[in-house]
Amino acid sequence: MNQDWPLWEVFIRGRQGLDHKHVGSLHAADAAMAIENARDVYTRRMEGISIWVVESRNIHASNPEEASSLYDPANDKPYRHPTFYDLPEALKHM
Amino acid sequence: MSTEPEVSFTNKIDQEIKIEPKDWMPEQYRKMLIRQISQHAHSEIVGMLPEGNWITRAPSLKRKATLIAKVQDEAGHGLYLYSAAETLGISRQEMLDQLHSGKAKYSSIFNYPTLTWADIGAIGWLVDGAAIMNQVPLCRSSFGPYARAMVRICKEESFHQRQGFEILLTLSRGSDAQRAMAQDALNRWWWPSVMMFGPKDDESPNTLQSMRWKIKRFSNDELRQKFIDVCAEQVKFLNLELPDEHLKWNEETRHYDFGPINWTEFWQVVNGNGPCNKQRLDARRKAHDDGQWVRDAAAAYADKKRQQQSQAAA
Repeated sequence: MNQDWPLWEVFIRGRQGLDHKHVGSLHAADAAMAIENARDVYTRRMEGISIWVVESRNIHASNPEEASSLYDPANDKPYRHPTFYDLPEALKHM
Repeated sequence: MSTEPEVSFTNKIDQEIKIEPKDWMPEQYRKMLIRQISQHAHSEIVGMLPEGNWITRAPSLKRKATLIAKVQDEAGHGLYLYSAAETLGISRQEMLDQLHSGKAKYSSIFNYPTLTWADIGAIGWLVDGAAIMNQVPLCRSSFGPYARAMVRICKEESFHQRQGFEILLTLSRGSDAQRAMAQDALNRWWWPSVMMFGPKDDESPNTLQSMRWKIKRFSNDELRQKFIDVCAEQVKFLNLELPDEHLKWNEETRHYDFGPINWTEFWQVVNGNGPCNKQRLDARRKAHDDGQWVRDAAAAYADKKRQQQSQAAA
């Protein structure tokens, strides 16, 4: 048997209250091993309090070449941002 | 005539926008990155061997724990880098095969033996110091996954260099025999460390293209000079000497001048004739082959569990 173990993407919650963030990937035979390996590879200095692993083949990604059409609907709507609105400088707390 | 994706790629490079794995990239860019990242990963993995040699013989529990942590970091760094290379379409197995067959290179420095405890100090200060000098600019490399891996590595690497310098500092303040041992380690590790930056710029065929694509940010000679300037100052804290009679501050260039580098030795070691090339590769292959049953068992266990789950679901 000379086959790579499946690839897993690793997400780590750095502190209570933060979201899980993608930190990298690794190979493992199954999910339990992926979590143990993620602990050894990505949290040797207390970088996390919670680990998610997802097999990479289960991740579906948008295509960077279609970025312009994919994000087109948001491109012409500056009125969704607070800075779009002209208000007097004197106005506070808004 | 450049094609449209080529123009868009070049624009991104010029504007310091990172290239990500799914973005279009020239075949040569992909190849150059796979070569550089996998060599870098192999260096981390093979780099564990000369130091691992001293784990059982470290002089105190503190030194032992530190050395284990350092070697573990190197395994981790190898893994970050293999993962970064895999995003370019090469498999882990292919990379390991290239290492074990001798097709892929790793840093020549690891083909030198670690004869005394002071060597662990010299490796930390000089070898990790040279590696850091190389790696810090790579945090801004144009390929996203490589740059991100390098950020993690640089954060962790700093303790490696400091612990090495501390070992040498302790020895330099010890008995005559300890001072002599530290000096001997510097004598043996200095020139190989200076060579770690690779051939001179005019003999480094890949440098120009690599810098144009912002894979590398500084040339070999620029980094080498920077390293020598820093070490020439740091060595003063050790009351030891770097083994180069030509090493002298040059007021005009504002850099240290240094003596001729033995490039014959460099190419000998690169081409497989260093003192430990065979020993290192044999150790790597043996570790890989001896681990085969573990990989097989883990795969078989995962298969069995998957089958049980699908039966339970049916």
